[in-house]
Amino acid sequence: MTASSLKEHSPEVTARQSAMSILTKAPPQDLAVAWANLSYEPEHTVIRPAETGLVMVRGRTGGTGAPFNMCEATITRCVIALEDGTTGFGQALGRDKQKVLRAALVDALWQQPEHRSTIEEKILQPLADLQEQAESKTRAEVAATKVDFFTMVRGE
Amino acid sequence: MYVAVKGGEKAIRNAHKLMARDRRGDTNVPSLSLKQISEQLYLSVSRVMAEGSLYDVELAALGIKQSRGDLIEAAFLMRAYRTTLPRFGYSKPIDTAKMLIRRRISATYKDLPGGQLLGPTFDYTQRLLDFKLAADGEAPAPETQEFEKEEVMPRVTDLLNDEGLIEQDAPIAPDAPVGDLTREPLTFPAERDLRLQNLARGDEGFLLALGYSTQRGFGRTHPFAGEIRLGEVEVDFFMEELGFEVPLGTMTVTECQMINQFKGSASAPPQFTRGYGLVPGQGERKVMAMALVDRSLRAEELGEEIDSPTQDQEFVLSHSDNVQATGFVEHLKLPHYVDFQSELELIRKVRKEWQEKRNAAEQELVAEAAQ
Repeated sequence: MTASSLKEHSPEVTARQSAMSILTKAPPQDLAVAWANLSYEPEHTVIRPAETGLVMVRGRTGGTGAPFNMCEATITRCVIALEDGTTGFGQALGRDKQKVLRAALVDALWQQPEHRSTIEEKILQPLADLQEQAESKTRAEVAATKVDFFTMVRGE
Repeated sequence: MYVAVKGGEKAIRNAHKLMARDRRGDTNVPSLSLKQISEQLYLSVSRVMAEGSLYDVELAALGIKQSRGDLIEAAFLMRAYRTTLPRFGYSKPIDTAKMLIRRRISATYKDLPGGQLLGPTFDYTQRLLDFKLAADGEAPAPETQEFEKEEVMPRVTDLLNDEGLIEQDAPIAPDAPVGDLTREPLTFPAERDLRLQNLARGDEGFLLALGYSTQRGFGRTHPFAGEIRLGEVEVDFFMEELGFEVPLGTMTVTECQMINQFKGSASAPPQFTRGYGLVPGQGERKVMAMALVDRSLRAEELGEEIDSPTQDQEFVLSHSDNVQATGFVEHLKLPHYVDFQSELELIRKVRKEWQEKRNAAEQELVAEAAQ
């Protein structure tokens, strides 16, 4: 869903955006569990410590027209670097610093060819599965409230 | 003579302590957790986020707890808090067509693609107090039903353009500036982007009353609820350092497309026009009122006669903000001793003059009568 809503980029960037989308959407406790399952604490330096600020969220007039500013939202972001200099970016709506730090580490490891498959298998796929399940549950519950219209024929 | 007065520190301190005690209430009753508020009072949380103009469920819950459930006070707390944070930038406009839908209804089209999804709603309840809820509050699990994975939910307004009967959104000028009330004060006439921002953070009660007035004939707009949708949308943000947009997660929004009659003008044929509402969180009444007011405020653009309060930009936009309104109304209770003293003196003087004039007139009458 995310990848398609973003501007077209190289496949590498699109894949990274998809990974970031999974990380940013993950509830903090799910990400914590997935991270613990990795059992790997890479050496890293914090380039930009986790910081909370605001993003002004925009909508579009009428849904498709000119942009307007709807409201601000809190967002937290940070940047880390692994020992080989690979930088990882973590960002998410809300004020959870631990979460974006983990997301940044995952983002950095994902960029390293030697770690990508492990990260995808141990962190991204399990989180994506959980998100898929949650979405399916919501959709199934909402589908049960879909109106079936029927027409009553009166007379002959 | 001006006399500066100081004092009241101790009284203020003690008053705040007393307020904190009252806020806590009976200590035999457990204190509310923020999770309880955000999970069980989500519609209050939504209102505080919309009127506080800050999307953060936990902060809104804290605001509600701190304000003892006074939602305007809670919105005020949100506004104050946001001033302490740096602004990182603007999101890419959210795309409500790609929403994970939790409710979607149309009052104009029965058989629209995707169908009518009632979702979690108070509609069709009988508004009878539910004493079972008072007893335990546990709810049965909701029903589920198979759904089509690939089913799309086009916006109603995108569906109906075959005959050009419904107005489409104006083409977008690339890189046109987007007004921001948090950066520059409102001036008139205000463009639609600024009006929508103002309405999105405006007081629900005020907008509801204005919207209602348009239905009752004060600036008739002949509205139909074309579509209301609620759900989660993704927020994307362009990250300068990376050179591409990064996802920030999802946020809950409610959207309303109001469809209105329009008799046409010299340049435009008769067609349906539209009013738009969009708010953070779940705020159906607010978003409907917003769409009604948005449409009314387009009176000038559509060449309609302006004869009602809701069509008057300055009236609507200058009075919609409940934090501002509260500030000005409630400041009246702060000490005005010196102002009042001077008024008192003035009125004494004026009364003395009035009395003297009256006495003089009476004497004149007596003198005339005597002649």
